[in-house]
Amino acid sequence: MANFAKPDGPRFAVDVYQNEYLPEGGREVNAIVTVTSTGGGTVGATGAGNAATAPAAAVVLMVDASGSMDYPPTKMRNARDATAAAIDALRDGTRFAVVAGTHVAKEVYPGGGRVAVADGTTREQAKHALRGVGAGGGTAIGTWLRLADTLLAGADVSIRHGILLTDGRNEHEDPADLKAALDACAGRFTCDARGVGTDWEVKEVTGIASALLGTADIVADPEDLAADFTRMMENVMGKEVADVSLRVWTPDGTTIRFLKQVAPSVEELTGRRTEAGPRTGDYPTGAWGDESRDYHLCVEVPAAGIGQEMLAARVSLVVLQGDGTVRNLGEQGLVRAVWTEDVEASTSLNPQVAHYTGQAELSRAIQQGLDLRKRGDIDGATARLGRAVQLARESGNADTAKLLAKVVDVVDAATGTVRLKAKVAEADEMTLETRSTKTVRVTK
Amino acid sequence: MSQMPQQTAPSKCPSCAEPLEPGDLFCGACGHDLSAGPQDHATLMMRDALAMEAGPEAARETTPEAGPEPAGEGVGWPSAERGSSSAGPAAHLPTDLAGTDSGGRTLAGGAHAQQAAETSSGVRFDRPGPGEEYPLQAPDPRSAPDHPDTVPTELLCVACRAGRVDGDGYCENCGHAQPRERDHLERESGPVAAVSDRGLRHHRNEDFFSIGHTALPDGTPAALAVVCDGVSSATRPDEASAAAARTAGEVLLAALPRGTHPQQAMHEAIVAAAEAVDALAGEPVSAREHTPHQNSPACTIVGAVVTPGLLVVGWVGDSRAYWVPADRSAPAARLTEDDSWAAQMVAAGLMSDAEAYADERAHAITGWLGADAYELEPHTASFKPDRPGTVLVCTDGLWNYAETAEEMAAVLPSDATGRPLHAARVLVGHALDGGGHDNVTVALLPFPAPPEGAGSA
Repeated sequence: MANFAKPDGPRFAVDVYQNEYLPEGGREVNAIVTVTSTGGGTVGATGAGNAATAPAAAVVLMVDASGSMDYPPTKMRNARDATAAAIDALRDGTRFAVVAGTHVAKEVYPGGGRVAVADGTTREQAKHALRGVGAGGGTAIGTWLRLADTLLAGADVSIRHGILLTDGRNEHEDPADLKAALDACAGRFTCDARGVGTDWEVKEVTGIASALLGTADIVADPEDLAADFTRMMENVMGKEVADVSLRVWTPDGTTIRFLKQVAPSVEELTGRRTEAGPRTGDYPTGAWGDESRDYHLCVEVPAAGIGQEMLAARVSLVVLQGDGTVRNLGEQGLVRAVWTEDVEASTSLNPQVAHYTGQAELSRAIQQGLDLRKRGDIDGATARLGRAVQLARESGNADTAKLLAKVVDVVDAATGTVRLKAKVAEADEMTLETRSTKTVRVTK
Repeated sequence: MSQMPQQTAPSKCPSCAEPLEPGDLFCGACGHDLSAGPQDHATLMMRDALAMEAGPEAARETTPEAGPEPAGEGVGWPSAERGSSSAGPAAHLPTDLAGTDSGGRTLAGGAHAQQAAETSSGVRFDRPGPGEEYPLQAPDPRSAPDHPDTVPTELLCVACRAGRVDGDGYCENCGHAQPRERDHLERESGPVAAVSDRGLRHHRNEDFFSIGHTALPDGTPAALAVVCDGVSSATRPDEASAAAARTAGEVLLAALPRGTHPQQAMHEAIVAAAEAVDALAGEPVSAREHTPHQNSPACTIVGAVVTPGLLVVGWVGDSRAYWVPADRSAPAARLTEDDSWAAQMVAAGLMSDAEAYADERAHAITGWLGADAYELEPHTASFKPDRPGTVLVCTDGLWNYAETAEEMAAVLPSDATGRPLHAARVLVGHALDGGGHDNVTVALLPFPAPPEGAGSA
């Protein structure tokens, strides 16, 4: 349908929400930049649906096959079933491969350092090959990622993605090795990471997803794996353009205090800048389908007199192409600074900025609270988690509020008065930690 | 000081009335060149200036009488009126400007002759009638100021002088917003002049004005000015003031030549301006969808129409009109009554003038043009001044620095009639010198409306 009319992929709209008014001497400009990509609409399509128009994609499924996956045995079985479900969700024509991960990475399907092209036959072959995967050995996730990178690099596609499932800690590899593997893979493919059960390390899984611009989550009950894998695969199939960067121009004399994605989850981007010309930097955002994300940009500008106006930033979306050139995607958003003596104007908080400032603090409060709790600092943990409860209530983040209520007894949400629960299910605590970066958007 | 020096050298600047020291070559306030003219400026200046005005005007009076007639009586009027409302005033700007400038600057010698020459050439240009007017009416005078702003030929940033200016008006190096056309506007139309300035403390100019001159059905001249002040707390106040001022000006320029009574025309103009501002609120601007809580665009309005015998003012809000007689010994007067909190307090006898205007709520207005206005109550008033003088319409950005009629009269240069544009600049300068806390806009009209030589195109 309309897809045929857009050979260049989705269109990006950039909306800026800010209070541009600063008091005399004011130097900090905050803005929420909402980026919305439209024009694709292939989310949820499976099978042959949009094969004709969708861009070519390649997916590598990395399944933990370490010895611990057999305790209980249902875990390995569920992982196989989930991978099979993901394979079923592959659109015809998509390149794919399955990797079993232990202390080394092993190709399960198709083998030979290649990827297969999804169709009825290859899907059945892959599922058949999966049945031969047994549990045994250690865990060295860096080796899995490097193999995935090799396989994906060999595919002539525009969208490269990995899905990684683990149930344990990355014990058979130095943390520096995983870090080096992530650095090597960053920008080459995107990757979703899932922890199954409760024996894995939250920071490892979220770190992988963060470095590779994917999502992280817990699948506490192996029974739920298949549904989650199907959702992830559908999400990948909906991607239409990869290697999209947020390009930010800021004038001479200004400093970017921070740039972070704030919806659908908090992701710090400040340190990921690559210079892209005078006063211009690019921040990676990965692949996009039909979706909308929010970014919080904070710029420090030189103080100016009352009545002055300046542009604090231009924000646009660019796609970095293989030949090193850059394609602009849609219009740009302008972040302005206007100095006024109208106190009412300069002191009012933009609702979006206030909302996401609170959401970012909520995420921080949860992580700090859980860290303090692990270290036995009960007072500190109570204070931080109490603040989190208060913020979750204020910003209407009901999901996070529910997760918090499994870790603390809420006495009064409005004031943030809580008591730590004496007994907390490990899965509940890990779920809270993994999902602490999830945000909700401003209620309109 | 004695009267002697006054006769040999002016004791006050003929341009801005600043007291002078004997031996001054230039005015310390406005920089007026005091050596240029004869010594008896201070007293004779005005009458002579008026005589000067009357001179060429009288000469023109005969020509325009011939002028409108070729354009057609009766049936021909509408087209003539349209011409004068669109390009007419601008078309006459060069000749009028040259005439008044030289008239105001020097009274004798070569300049006089030159001025006379310019005036007569101006008359000749008008005389051939419509055919010759179109070249003059070409949009050059209006579009010319636009072009330098919009054509990005190597524009350097005014702030850092290093960066080029991007298409949207910001420096690509330091990000500073570049001056916009509306930051400072100056216009002349026949005997009317207006100046609008962003001021020193606001980031944009939310005031706007329109001025014009035309002829009544009986051929007598009429001049008009409309000044609007956007309400800053509303959305897009700059668009509101522009829409209101343009609409009101167009309505007056259309209604007066038709014979509508000026007071009725003023009422209609304000109603039409209000409708134009209301219409802005209905426009589906995407920015509005994001900020639905912001209120509708709104502005104040004040307008004046002068004819040979009548002075009409109309207003909504706290923009004002003042009357300053040419003979400064006669009292000046404020012609409008603010729709403001302070004015209501004073009117109700609850506060003194001083108390009310010292209150921080003083400038809260109780009437405005805009979709969220309670009920539109255009105020209009007619006057029949018994002597010549100047009608001054302005926004509070000016009258904050000259609140009473006496104060306003004191800052209005004595040659305002002869050099209205210069006088308007002086008034704006007065507000800027005082701090320029708001946008400043003022328009000046002479009463009686001088016979319109170049007049109705």
